[in-house]
This record gives sequence, structure tokens and C-alpha cells, in this order.
Amino acid sequence: MIMQFNEETFREDYTFHNSDWAINRFPFPFHEDSYMYAVNMEQHRGGPEGSIYEKRFDVDEHYVAEMKDRAMVLSDDPLRCQSLPHMTLAGWDLLELIMVSKSEDYPDLFELHRNGDKWHWINKPLGIEDHFTFLDETTLPYGPMEYITRQTQGDFCVLDQRDDNLWMDAGIVTTQADWSLDFDIGMNFFEWHAPVPLAHEKGIFVRALKFLLNIQQGAPARRLNWTMTVNPLLDTSPENYHKWGVQKTEITPENIGRKQYLRVELQTFFRLPRSNGLVFPIRCYLIAFEDLVKIPKWGRRLHRVIRDLPVELATYKGFIDNRPMMLDYLSEFDDGEPTSDGIWPDRHLE
Amino acid sequence: MSAGTEKIAVTVTDIVKVNDLVTRFKFEPTKGGLLPTFSGGAHTVVEMKDGNITRLNPYSLMSDPWDQSAYTISVRRDDEGRGGSLFMHNSVKVGDQMVVSNPVNLFSLDLRAKKHLMLAGGIGITPFLAQIKQLDRARGNWELHYACRNEALGSYVDYLTSTHPNDVNVYYDDEKQSIDLENLLDGQPLGTHIYVCGPKGMIDWVRGKAAELGWPREAVHYEEFLAPQSGKPFEVKLAVSNKVIQVGEHESLLEAIERAGVDAPYLCRGGACGQCETDVISYDGKFLHRDHWLEDNEHASGKKIMPCVSRFEGKTLVLDR
Ligand code: HEM
Repeated sequence: MIMQFNEETFREDYTFHNSDWAINRFPFPFHEDSYMYAVNMEQHRGGPEGSIYEKRFDVDEHYVAEMKDRAMVLSDDPLRCQSLPHMTLAGWDLLELIMVSKSEDYPDLFELHRNGDKWHWINKPLGIEDHFTFLDETTLPYGPMEYITRQTQGDFCVLDQRDDNLWMDAGIVTTQADWSLDFDIGMNFFEWHAPVPLAHEKGIFVRALKFLLNIQQGAPARRLNWTMTVNPLLDTSPENYHKWGVQKTEITPENIGRKQYLRVELQTFFRLPRSNGLVFPIRCYLIAFEDLVKIPKWGRRLHRVIRDLPVELATYKGFIDNRPMMLDYLSEFDDGEPTSDGIWPDRHLE
Repeated sequence: MSAGTEKIAVTVTDIVKVNDLVTRFKFEPTKGGLLPTFSGGAHTVVEMKDGNITRLNPYSLMSDPWDQSAYTISVRRDDEGRGGSLFMHNSVKVGDQMVVSNPVNLFSLDLRAKKHLMLAGGIGITPFLAQIKQLDRARGNWELHYACRNEALGSYVDYLTSTHPNDVNVYYDDEKQSIDLENLLDGQPLGTHIYVCGPKGMIDWVRGKAAELGWPREAVHYEEFLAPQSGKPFEVKLAVSNKVIQVGEHESLLEAIERAGVDAPYLCRGGACGQCETDVISYDGKFLHRDHWLEDNEHASGKKIMPCVSRFEGKTLVLDR
């Protein structure tokens, strides 16, 4: 497949848009008409052809524009990328994982040539070509984690595993749903999850951590998470809340279909072999309400999920004030018909 | 989640007798290509087809973690054990095809440590051989204290003392040499981590002494693989799969579950990782818990069992599996 990359922005004039291809493959996160936190994890071993699950690191039409947005965020705020000194080896693990995966999964776009520790990396969409020595930081323009994640969509938390816990000791975080790496750096699994409502009481984090500690090399896992964002904004960080928080008040019944986005995160988990760390890529997909309702099943179901979502979750996810307006809009697309099980669309856009 | 670990088909390409008790095996990928890298301290689970029994035993990887051409392990012969090590010693030949798991690490280095203080007893030396290779490459600071029975049974002593004369200290029990633990721990710089692998008595001794001297728990790392022990046969009902199975004298509960064709999760098969934790629905009898995973109150509760190493004696046992 020849991939076309969109010319688009995730700020100011917000020219971000999804093609019909991107809408059809959107990771709609609700497999039934209601939603509650659960230990919703499954193996990450491919998926239907063309779906976002198919490749280890999905590359889509937004790739080039997302990487430009990341570079802008980083130049305004270098603390979005941090790596404690003991995490460099895990950074190399991540670089190796991504380069090997992308060059195997997208041979037309990425090439990796290895001769012992002399590596040659070609990234055609971004026009990058570098020769470097594996495990020698001085031969790359950035640290290994930063180098490769400036070329890979999604945020990355690189976790150290010790003392039966995971520690957020490195990461690059520029497309996050209102949390801060600079705040969470050095925290453990329970500490950084402290703000989440209801899930602790349900024992979800204790079970999730046990699962993650046992993730093995060659057996990655994945889950979906979701929230709501006004305007196609990747960087909804606490650091910039003063800029984007007010945009939530700009929603009107006239513009909501265009300006209100469902934001879905494909979260994956890979064991890192050389460091025994774990990497947690968080890939963000955005879809405007007006595009989402083109798939009838999704429109019906989203209405029901948002209508019945517990107040605690709607508050934590930051859309409690706009919920009535969302429901007014979405109810137009809910004819009360039953919806089929699972996340897949009931019709495809041609 | 499906049971067990990722598998790799390998061919035995070299077998070396290290001394009277220990033999080294080298595995290369049968299909060619490269094996996954790993981190020092990792183990692999080796599948042994011993007649109609399949044994799965964990062994620490001792080769260079960065070397993707082959894995090596060292197996100590245990004449009293259930037979896994005897099978490796007596039946495995160069050229045999075997199956090993992807590496799993339950004994990894804490990469924040300013210094790694390693304490090995006997065959417990093997994970350190891989860790030392990893640390040497990163110019890490380490020191090894290695206790073994005597010179003749001191696996890899010559190799270690010749390559690292300043960092390796060897103690022979038969010559009444022993690690002066208290002084050793006392003299360590701030930021040192302790790693111990060896017989249970040694692990308990080091952990106890470190605790006594005020070492933080997270700076003391240990690995002890328990081999499942033989015991009286017993019967178990598996409620979910609706089967009644018999656990033989020389078989673990986990092996019996697998033999019945029931998919049960596992990683280490040595009572350490927690993956095979199973809920007990009802029982009438007594548990023989042997794992390091469950807390004492969980052992006493009668609600959980680790089928890789623990057994049961009594009338009925019903498991949620
Ligand atoms: C190591 C991997 C993981 C990392 C680094 C991570 C990180 C985070 C962070 C930073 C937040 C935002 C917390 C805040 O409000 O400040 C969050 C939220 C959350 N996490 Fe995780 N997480 C991980 C794995 C998991 C897993 C396996 C689960 C499984 C159930 C989970 C469930 C949740 C839930 C339910 C929320 C609330 C999300 C929402 O409602 O939007 N996390 N996580």
C-alpha cells in the first residue's frame, strides 16, 4: 500500500482530518452499550488486516504531522522527555524494538541494516538516514529513547521493574490526556494511578500490575482507554491547561459535531529484553463526533455509553459539564435499535 | 491469556562435563537465525520428553546475554530428585532437538546500583555468569563471593579467577573457608545491592544478616528455584474443566493438570513468579505449601495453592481451574 500523509495541524487552525480509510479503521472502544473500568487486556499479536491492531506499531496518515507537533511541544518544553540515568539501556531496547518492528512491518517506509553493532536506519516519510553504533549514545543526535520516539506516533512510558512494582523512570509524553510526566517521573504503578476514581476499590490496579509484571519477551499485550477532547488537540497536558481548558466552553449545539472528539488510546505493553524493563506505548486516535456517527452502530452505542456513564468517570475524564449537550447531539443518531456485540463497524464507508 | 511461555525450537550443539556433578549444554536455534537477547539473571524453561512424561524445568541462562547465536545452561545432577536433571545428564545427546522457553527474568540486576555484590553457592553461580558479562560490557562495578564444596566441584572457578582475579573470591567448604558476611556487608559503599543465589540455607542466612544490619529490603535480591518434590499421590477435582485427575508420586500438581489437557498458566515452575496461583474451591485435608509467592496468611487460609511446587494430602481438593 502506498501511504499518503496528511498535511494538517493539531493546534491553532486545527486542520486535522480523518479520511474514510481512517474512520473505518478507527479503534472504537466500546464492545457493548455500557462502560466501566476493567482489567481489559489481551495479547497484542496482530489483528484483522488493515486494522490498527495489525502491526506492532501502527503507522497511519497522521504520522508526519504528529511528529511535527511532537517536535514543537518538545522545543517549548524539554521536560516532556526525561530518562533517569539507569534507563539508558531500556532506551536502546526500545530503539531496537521499534526499528526492527517498523522495518519488518513497513519495508517500503523504513529500513534497518545491521552489521554487528554498526546500524544504518532509513526513515523515508521523515527523510531521516543515520549511521550509528548500537549501544553507543555518542553516535546519535539524541538519547536512544528520544531519537526513536521522535519518529514514532504515541507517547511512551519506559518502566523499570523492581521490587515487584513498575517505576516510571523514563518517558516521552506530548500527546497525553491530562497527566504529566514531569509530575509522575520516579513514581510507581500505584502512585501514578492515584487520581483514578473507582478502579482502586475494584482491585483493578492490583490485578493489572500482577499481569504486567509477568509480561514476557515476545508476548506483548494491549488494551484501549478513552476520553473526550474538544478540538483535535494532541497535547492536552496539565502544563498547558490554561490554553486548552477554556476551549471546552466554546462548544455549542451548532459546532459540537465538528469540534467534539472521541479520543481513544491504544495502549500496548512490551517486555524489553536487555534491561528487563517494560515499555508502555500510548497511541492516541482522534475522531470528530460528526465522523463517528457515520457508522450507525457507533453513533447509537456512544449515545448509550455517555448517557449511562457514572458521574465519577465523566468528571474524571473532564466532560461532565458538556455531557448534556453531547447527549442532545448523539440522541439524534440513536433510534433505539439493538447494537451487535464487539467493536467492529456494522457498515464501512466507501 | 494462554498458558506458559513463548517457545523456541533448539538443537543441542555441545555438551561438556564441567565436573562430577555439573554438565553444560549449548542450544542453537533449529531453524537458524537469532535467539532473543535477554538480561543477566534470566532463566529458560527446558522441555524434556522423558518417556510419556513431559518435564519442564527452569535453568538460569549463563551465556552472554548479548550473544544471540546460542544459549548455554549448566545442570547439576540431583540423584534424589524427580528425574529432570538425570534425564538431562543421561539421555540428552548432541544433535537432539528440544524446546526451550523465551527467557524470563525473575532475578534481574537493579541498574541503579552503584555496586553489585554477588553471593553464590554451588550451582547458584550460573545466573551470575550472565550478569557479569552484562556488567562488564557496561563497565559496571561488581564483586563476587562464591562458596562451593571443594576445588573439584567448583564449577567455573578457574574461568572466573583467571578473567577477574580482583573481583572474585572463592570459598571451599571442605577447607572450612566461609564468607565473612558481617564484615563484608558492613564495608560496602552506599548504593550497593546484594544478590544471592544458592541453597535455601544460604539465602536465608544472607537475607537475615542483611535485615539485621539494616539493609533496605529492596536492595537484597535473591533467587531460589524450588524443584517440585515427590510425595504421596492425591486426587484433585478441576471444577472449571470438570475433570478429576490423579497426581502421581513423582509428578507435580501443575504437571498433572497439564497432562489432563487443561491449559494452566505458569512462568517459573519454581514457586517464585506467582503466575500459576490457583483458587481452592473446597478441600478436606492438609496443604503442603512450598512456594515463596503466597503470604503466610494465604497459606493458612486454605483458599490458594501454587500447583508448580505445592502438594496436598487428604480426602478431597477442588480447584477453580
Ligand atoms: C505500565 C503501564 C501503565 C502506565 C504507565 C499507566 C499510566 C497511566 C496514567 C499516567 C494515567 C493517568 C492518571 C492521572 O489522572 O494522572 C492512567 C490512568 C488510568 N489507567 Fe493506567 N497505566 C498503565 C497501565 C494500566 C493498566 C494495565 C490498566 C488496566 C486496567 C490501567 C488502567 C487505568 C485507568 C482505568 C485509568 C483512568 C483512565 C481514564 O478514565 O481516562 N492502566 N494510567
